[in-house]
Amino acid sequence: MTQSTSVKAPREPWRDPAAKPFVHIDNVTKVFDNTYAVDGVTLDIYQGEFFCLLGGSGCGKSTLLRMLAGLEQPTSGRILIDGADMTRVPPYARPVNMMFQSYALFPHMTVEQNVAFGLKQQKLGKGEIRDRVAGLLELVRMMPFARRKPEQLSGGQRQRVALIRSLARQPKLLLLDEPLAALDKKLREHTQFELVNIQERVGTTFIMVTHDQEEAMTVSTRIAVMEAGRIEQVGTPTSVYEYPASRHVAEFIGAVNSIEGRVVEQEGERLLIRSESLGCDLVMAHKQPLPEGTPVTVAVRPEKLLASGQAPAGSYNTVKGVITDFAYLGDVSIYLVRLPTGQQMRVQLTNLARLTENPLTWDQEVYLSWLPDSGVVFAS
Amino acid sequence: MNPQAAINGSARSAGEWLGNLLTGHHGRRLVIALPYLWLFVFFILPFVIVLKISLAEVLLARPPYSPLWQFLEDSTLQIQLHLENYRRLWEDPLYLISYLKSLKIAGISTLVCLLLGYPMAYAIARTRDTLRNFLLMLVILPFWTSFLIRVYAWIGILKSNGLLNNLLLSLGVIDHPLPLLHTDFAVYLGIVYSYLPFMVLPLYATLSRMDLTLLEAAADLGCRPWKAFLRITLPLSLPGIIAGCMLVFIPAVGEFVIPDLLGGPDSLMIGKVLWTEFFSNRDWPAASAVAVVMLVLLVVPLALFQRAQEKSESETPR
Repeated sequence: MTQSTSVKAPREPWRDPAAKPFVHIDNVTKVFDNTYAVDGVTLDIYQGEFFCLLGGSGCGKSTLLRMLAGLEQPTSGRILIDGADMTRVPPYARPVNMMFQSYALFPHMTVEQNVAFGLKQQKLGKGEIRDRVAGLLELVRMMPFARRKPEQLSGGQRQRVALIRSLARQPKLLLLDEPLAALDKKLREHTQFELVNIQERVGTTFIMVTHDQEEAMTVSTRIAVMEAGRIEQVGTPTSVYEYPASRHVAEFIGAVNSIEGRVVEQEGERLLIRSESLGCDLVMAHKQPLPEGTPVTVAVRPEKLLASGQAPAGSYNTVKGVITDFAYLGDVSIYLVRLPTGQQMRVQLTNLARLTENPLTWDQEVYLSWLPDSGVVFAS
Repeated sequence: MNPQAAINGSARSAGEWLGNLLTGHHGRRLVIALPYLWLFVFFILPFVIVLKISLAEVLLARPPYSPLWQFLEDSTLQIQLHLENYRRLWEDPLYLISYLKSLKIAGISTLVCLLLGYPMAYAIARTRDTLRNFLLMLVILPFWTSFLIRVYAWIGILKSNGLLNNLLLSLGVIDHPLPLLHTDFAVYLGIVYSYLPFMVLPLYATLSRMDLTLLEAAADLGCRPWKAFLRITLPLSLPGIIAGCMLVFIPAVGEFVIPDLLGGPDSLMIGKVLWTEFFSNRDWPAASAVAVVMLVLLVVPLALFQRAQEKSESETPR
């Protein structure tokens, strides 16, 4: 395999205020029958990114993608791709290609003809089309299946054909609508890495829509979390996971323990919170000033909690509870702990040592504790 | 063996037999046998009878044709195959002309039906749900009236002092009535009018089943709408086009009522010739020969076509 010789785009162009965005979505709104599918979205995506639009069903992520492809017209706002206004340009005239969730392979054409379809529209020579189709089939190891019809392929093979068909015209921007949704779990995980590989080799900017947060975190440079037609947060997988901007983002990305409470006092960047539902006081790190009495939600990830049979030192950020359920997943174990107040906490422990029996089990009393900067505080 | 065991045994074997009948080879044969039986009783058997009559000679008797075989007194079986009828079909140009005329009228009518029906079916398939059912209803509505009455109605519209001529006269478009009725034009009009739903419905069925994301994919890959129609929609609707064309062409070739009522003296279609042979001339053998040749001319090309299509479909390279 030859090493890619293309010059890599700067690692984090979004941090550079001078960087020119490749895709500029400017206050785009789409209204269907009086409902806002996409509501005032502004977004910049840079050259060479693998960008993910993440959200539940009906959050507007697919509509946004279809507007980038030209399959839907924005009700208002503008879309610029590589500096050119694409808002009213029909799909067949855009330097953009899309991989459809259903793959949309033409059933009456062979694999080869499907891949060549876009190239034929460009009026390329026969020889060139043949060479480029062969190269693409080679890229995803589909050469032996070139003359098959889509119905004779497995799900994974169809997915690869759909991918190379959308790459065939060497688009400036590739849009992927839930490209892995139809694959089984094992194949999906494998394909995620393959997608990243292909993206790095061809160097095209990818924008992918998914509802699967793990998938988004695996493949993307940045993630935009969408909810009800709006973007809630844009950031790298790490920042979205560790520093969620809202309770919704925290709960959508990964599991989280949400604790309700009130601010008692703030000392510099330390916040003292009293929580009835937890039955103890919390000390959390928080930079923005919050007045006394503000109702807040503290979000702590299950893997940030420590569990032990002995009471830890200190009186803050420590609760006692009973294990009501646990699941041994091999690499990690997940425990559900019920506190005397009735609140349930989710704890994830890494199984570092090889044990035949779990040290913690049902009905056992455990102490849970966490560090002040291992959670996020949202004013409710 | 005690009696109880014997009863149990026979009950079990009866159950097994029934189970085998429904699930095993017998069951499968039984299921396939029904349509074959239907075809045999209502298609093969009548065809054989017609074939038999076509090889007979006209007699003034009842039935009005000679028997195919008879026992003579010296206990010999005499089989007489009269090929005279078929020879006459070939030698009398009337038959050839009316065959060709039938094929021409049916072919052109099918083409007109396709050209009219495709846009109709396309529009119905792509319109919004509420309107779609209404439009489909309009296509099917004529079937609520008898076919014969609808063809008679055209006489009222097309005749010299009929609706159409009176309308054109009163508008001042024409000075004297146009000869519309009893022309080939009237036959084409009648056939296209009567068979259009048979073209629209199968086309609608294939077009409405089409996955519209395929057109989005084509547009995304740089294909303009008109070209996407030619390269995606049209090839994918080919089964509907073939079905619709067969449903129009086959009955149109043998059409008798429309040329009889609307056509003129030279709108001589084979169905009318057959009718004349049968009822006016009382020449059953000649009528049967016409029918046999018509069937062979229609069925053989269709069977070959279907065979070729099945072959091309199963013959996909591995």
